[in-house]
Amino acid sequence: CKDTMAATKASKEQKYDRQLRLWGDHGQETLENAHVCLINATATGTEILKNLVLPGIGAFTIVDGHTVTGEDVGNNFFLSNNSIGKIRAQAATELLQELNSDVSGNFVEESPDKLLDNDPEFFHRFTIVIGVQLPESTCLRLGSVLWSAAVPFLVCKTYGLIGYMRLVVQEHTVIESHPDNALEDLRLDQPFAEFKNHIQSYDLDSMDKKDHSHTPWIIVVAKYLEKWLSEHNGQPPKNYNEKEAFRQCIREGILKNENGVPEDEENFEEAIKNVNTALNPTKVPSAVEDLFNSVQCNDITSQTLSFWVMLRAVKEFVLNEGNGSLPVRGTIPDMIADSQKFINLQNVYRQKAMQDAATVSKHVECLLQSFGKVCKNASFLRVVRCRSLAEEYSVDSVNKDEITSCMDNPDSEMVFYLMLRAVDRFYQQHSRYPGVYNYQVEDDINKLKLCVNNLLQEYSLNVNIKDDYIHEFCRYGAAEPHTVAAFLGGSAAQEAIKIISHQFVPFSNTFIYNAMSQTSATLQL
Amino acid sequence: MADADEPMVVDGGDGHNCEWEGRWNHVKKFLERSGPFTHPDFEPSTEALSGFHNIHVVDMDTIDVSNLNRQFLFRGKDVGRPKADVAADFINSRIPGCCVIPHFKKIQDLDETFYRQFHIIVCGLDSVVARRWMNGMLLSLLVYDDGVLDPGSIIPLIDGGTEGFKGNARVILPGMTACIDCTLELYPPQVNFPMCTIASMPRLPEHCIEYARMLLWPKEKPFGDGVVLDGDDPEHIQWVYQRSLERAAEFNITGVTYRLTQGVVKRIIPAVASTNAVIAAACATEVFKIASSAFIPLNNYMVFNDVDGLYTYTFEAERKENCSACSQVPLDMHFSPTSKLQEVLDYLTESASLQMKSPAITATVEGKNKTLYLQSVASIEQRTRPNLSKTLKELGLADRQELAVADVTTPQTMLFRLCFTS
Repeated sequence: CKDTMAATKASKEQKYDRQLRLWGDHGQETLENAHVCLINATATGTEILKNLVLPGIGAFTIVDGHTVTGEDVGNNFFLSNNSIGKIRAQAATELLQELNSDVSGNFVEESPDKLLDNDPEFFHRFTIVIGVQLPESTCLRLGSVLWSAAVPFLVCKTYGLIGYMRLVVQEHTVIESHPDNALEDLRLDQPFAEFKNHIQSYDLDSMDKKDHSHTPWIIVVAKYLEKWLSEHNGQPPKNYNEKEAFRQCIREGILKNENGVPEDEENFEEAIKNVNTALNPTKVPSAVEDLFNSVQCNDITSQTLSFWVMLRAVKEFVLNEGNGSLPVRGTIPDMIADSQKFINLQNVYRQKAMQDAATVSKHVECLLQSFGKVCKNASFLRVVRCRSLAEEYSVDSVNKDEITSCMDNPDSEMVFYLMLRAVDRFYQQHSRYPGVYNYQVEDDINKLKLCVNNLLQEYSLNVNIKDDYIHEFCRYGAAEPHTVAAFLGGSAAQEAIKIISHQFVPFSNTFIYNAMSQTSATLQL
Repeated sequence: MADADEPMVVDGGDGHNCEWEGRWNHVKKFLERSGPFTHPDFEPSTEALSGFHNIHVVDMDTIDVSNLNRQFLFRGKDVGRPKADVAADFINSRIPGCCVIPHFKKIQDLDETFYRQFHIIVCGLDSVVARRWMNGMLLSLLVYDDGVLDPGSIIPLIDGGTEGFKGNARVILPGMTACIDCTLELYPPQVNFPMCTIASMPRLPEHCIEYARMLLWPKEKPFGDGVVLDGDDPEHIQWVYQRSLERAAEFNITGVTYRLTQGVVKRIIPAVASTNAVIAAACATEVFKIASSAFIPLNNYMVFNDVDGLYTYTFEAERKENCSACSQVPLDMHFSPTSKLQEVLDYLTESASLQMKSPAITATVEGKNKTLYLQSVASIEQRTRPNLSKTLKELGLADRQELAVADVTTPQTMLFRLCFTS
């Protein structure tokens, strides 16, 4: 059994090699422990799930009460024409499951509304719920249940040539954000004691050429900075002119040959090139300061934190080495026996207790290792908080400022958000989407315009939506073209992976994709 | 992204027996209805229009297990089989009526008669060299009547590429919009570690690995004479890994792992399903737009990055006036008659706008075609090598004379005009 386990692990390492280089084994583990819920196996839904099954999430469950129609098969790679009339959730599960045998695929043939009526706690078991092509009412109901249960909710919609995503998560912490262009943490402005001593151990003036040209540029800058500080009242170079002068000082430090021509010292060139960033003052990034000032950070006592860490270590012991039992206590009551026999017996318990404590301590170390990760990433810690759907949709808390300021440009992607809201309204009123059939398009334009005006009025939004967009949204006829669904499929899946793995920073909180112009925008609603 | 080339055709046909009610519902609305944002020349019609039926796929690779985390047309059982064949089989069986024809070849193994038949070409290639070649091929198919470009000879090229969480998609109308070479500076050349660092002053685990790969392997020939290091052979990688560890131990360098070793030797670029899905979708959207003539296509370059949130940036890459590929003007190169041929060679390989790999230079000297230098055939390389240290004057070259340069980066020979400086 151990052999097959090792073999499976090795083959997974090979299969997942290209993605392990991005999120590591620990990231992969979070994926393999995740259970994703997809609501509605439309093209958008299956494309999202495909990009989660391939990288090896632990399990998925499709919730979908629909049966497969011919139209469904036309745009969905994970349905075939022999499944017309069958349970859509089941048909899609089969073809998605087939992508990766490491993943466990399940389905529930039920509409989300029914589940919300009868068993809302059904959704509590999931790592994340992804809802696709949901009408507004279902979306809001589900949003409320998931918000209370602190289960992340990702809403996705493909409507004609527009893609839409909304992330609903109360608080999402990111230790490893993997920033693209992070500034280095060199402490040249505030060298710590060991660094100072190390700098002291170098004497550039007495070095031979070989050593001089192979001294790290950090040391070079540190040395010249010392000199500068002593000549400038302890003030480092601050503006362009001073930095230029400082660079010149370093340049003059380049060794010259017997003819007075400067030698080729690449390390000095590096030093000069890096002066700008090297002189950046060391400080706590404002994002991290904000975190320090947050309530959650300040309500913990050191006792609380170590208590939970140690408790968790004990739990790990119970689940592993303890085979279901706590660490041995190590004490026995007094009893009739001769000294030797009693002491020997007592020692048996004591030794085991010490051994178990040592094992628990190893677990603590393991947990603390992830704290080491927090230290290494301290500058880049991020917390993402999204408003609830209820807040977004409530007249009292709608984000009017964001909407009106974006709409200063009437062609901004915000117009698509408003149109999607209007189209939802149309559906509520007419139990269908606008322009589904050719003969409807003309008349529906006016009906949709009424919905638009109604929406703007209800939220007191003083914006203008061009008729062109109203016409265009009727033209779409609520179509779900596969290529737009697939774009969202990739985008949404990666955001779900970010939520599951707590690596990389998710968007917040609304994303709009326009396939016509191949542009996108992220909005805060 | 699969290294596939997908020339596509829209078949306005009928009479397929794989039609079913509603099959085209999601697509036909875009073709039957015009709107405020459709192409000004678009004329909607309600004629039955089918999807893409004739697709050719060109790919020289076979399936590797490490492809399976993202290349969704392939399964464990397909490992070792040609990608083109398996992809064609899968799609043909999943999508009734679709006819994908596979070509298990390099793109360079096919000629203009092949490429000329297509309405659109889509590329998901894994190298700039290959992209430039395809770019050059489509440029060579352009027909000019009296200096005017015949639009019928233009085959649009849709190109997509990804690396980790970044990607881009672009639309190229050869002869009209920016081509691959116009924007060559967008692809900075690969940075290799300096040899002195590798040989005597390693600092990073990568330096140790390159040491084992570049210096120890040729010296020790661990698997026999003439056996080239094969990044796909775990025994080879294991050998490099062990020797890298030894090297690292010598210099107190930590961090050499098997995974890192493999990554450095194979120049592995991390890859996930999601980024490839996004870029493939964007490319497919453009194919749809162009094939249906219903929309103005992307103009003309989109970049995507989802490391932090989701970021896209769309811009119009501009044509370069003196583009070495599409400007049709022979490029001037300025050298003194006492410059050595080596300098010309260096210019061709090192210039950011040319970035040639191993150019072969020929010229007409005293009425005869003379190969000045050619690297790819050992005997000719040996024979012409002395020319590199000769001056242009010594080689018999004249001012304003044309030099013809061939290279893997372009299917057509490039013409340069040699301008002598004083």
